[in-house]
Amino acid sequence: MRKGQLCGAVPTPVESAEPAIAVDRLAKTYKSGVAVDGISFALEQGTITGLLGGNGAGKTTTIAMILGLIIPTAGTARVLGAEMPRQRDRVLQRMNFESPYVDMPARLTTRQNLKVFAKLYGVEDAAARIEELAAELDLVELLDRPTGKLSAGQKTRVSLAKALINRPEILLLDEPTASLDPDTADWVRARIARYRGERGATILLASHNMAEVERLCERVIIMKKGRIEDDGTPRALLARYGRRTLEEVFLDVARGRLQSSEAAQ
Amino acid sequence: MSIPAEPAFFSPRRIAAMVLRYWYLLRSSWPRLLELIYWPAVQMLMWGFLQLYIAGNAGFFARAGGTFIGAVLLWDILFRGQLGFSISFLEEMWARNLANLMISPLRPIEFVGALMIMSLIRLAIGMVPVSLLAMAFFGFNLYGLGLALAAFFMNLILTSWAIGIVVSGLVLRNGLGAESLAWTVMFLLLPLTCVYYPVTTLPSWLQYVAWALPPTYVFEGMRELLINHVFRADLMVDALALNAALFVAAVVGFIALLDSARRQGSLLQTGE
Repeated sequence: MRKGQLCGAVPTPVESAEPAIAVDRLAKTYKSGVAVDGISFALEQGTITGLLGGNGAGKTTTIAMILGLIIPTAGTARVLGAEMPRQRDRVLQRMNFESPYVDMPARLTTRQNLKVFAKLYGVEDAAARIEELAAELDLVELLDRPTGKLSAGQKTRVSLAKALINRPEILLLDEPTASLDPDTADWVRARIARYRGERGATILLASHNMAEVERLCERVIIMKKGRIEDDGTPRALLARYGRRTLEEVFLDVARGRLQSSEAAQ
Repeated sequence: MSIPAEPAFFSPRRIAAMVLRYWYLLRSSWPRLLELIYWPAVQMLMWGFLQLYIAGNAGFFARAGGTFIGAVLLWDILFRGQLGFSISFLEEMWARNLANLMISPLRPIEFVGALMIMSLIRLAIGMVPVSLLAMAFFGFNLYGLGLALAAFFMNLILTSWAIGIVVSGLVLRNGLGAESLAWTVMFLLLPLTCVYYPVTTLPSWLQYVAWALPPTYVFEGMRELLINHVFRADLMVDALALNAALFVAAVVGFIALLDSARRQGSLLQTGE
């Protein structure tokens, strides 16, 4: 599949005065140093944006601040107009999150886990929603098996089902295909793209995987050492750096080899 | 885009979801169920037989029938109540599920409410069979204490929840490195709250400390009831007042520790 094909069913973004996610001069400093250093960006509704960067670039901290899991040292993160984490109770029902680094309770079966989260999110007719997700994400055979007994790829699909249980308007994904084999990773990407197409959700995707970002996202924000190093469409970034792939662009940014004509100026 | 309206401040449905989650867990693991009964039963039997031996050799203890078994059972309400609360919380840390809960609409007060309910459920699973064993082996009927038992139970469970809330907050803030507190903190109260002996046994300066702790009033009240057959309502009211203050302080402390965990970024990293 070529770049952009997954985004085929892109709905027209909803016209709105405010973006779905707005980050303004957001910063986080720990005793060990600066994790995020005054970044700003805004995501329009119905878009998929990739947050690209190496280890320690600040991607996960940025996502955690948007989720309200971490209080910023300075700046603001707004989701659907609500400031996080102060006004998180207003919007948590309308967003969700998936990460391979956050597990589901291992002893509970897939169905039990999804039922608990359906209740937490106030999903109407939870049983029907679980069956629907099981069919969509190929989980029917796994519904009554303990989550801890599943393979990494199966667990990722269960986590994705949990992340979609409330049909979120805002979906944050932290390396959703990490440690998956290429076939399963491709499958997961296709489901993410399809969900955006059907729901018109705003998706922010942190990833190390350049091919993934190139295929899924219409916008890429590249972070390095807590700062935004570049921001644009994959096509614009390729053109700006004179490269053929985002991986080459990423390496240019990571190693400080700025070839962008704008940067040169 | 207008900011969405604030949803319900308190949702019984979300509390029920969390109780369901812990019930599924208990149901799926027989060692977890066995653990709830095993130690209270062993402890009750040991103290019960000791009391039988002493009662046969000392006039006072023959008169004070049931004080040891009563103390053991009430102590277990205090200890197991706190453990039931803290272990349910620790299950989330062990499962690395905390971030999933913290980004869900579940509010901290609802989380605490669910842990309190689970503490009662776990306590019932452990204590009901053990109290029946005490009846069968030693003829000690805990339920024969009647309304006094209700007063004792209410005060002990409030203290256990307050301590469970603080311990959970510390684990939230400091990670699983603080887990041992959940298992050991209550033992600090064992000598100070005078579970097995009257407060007057303590040095006079330590008696002030003992009277600052709500369970002391309960154990003193139990001895008054079993030895002198007098129910001291005044002791229960004093304990309730102290418990109210302790519980409010614990909730405030938990919210402060949760806030600190959000500043430290420790909600995502729930390891050591």
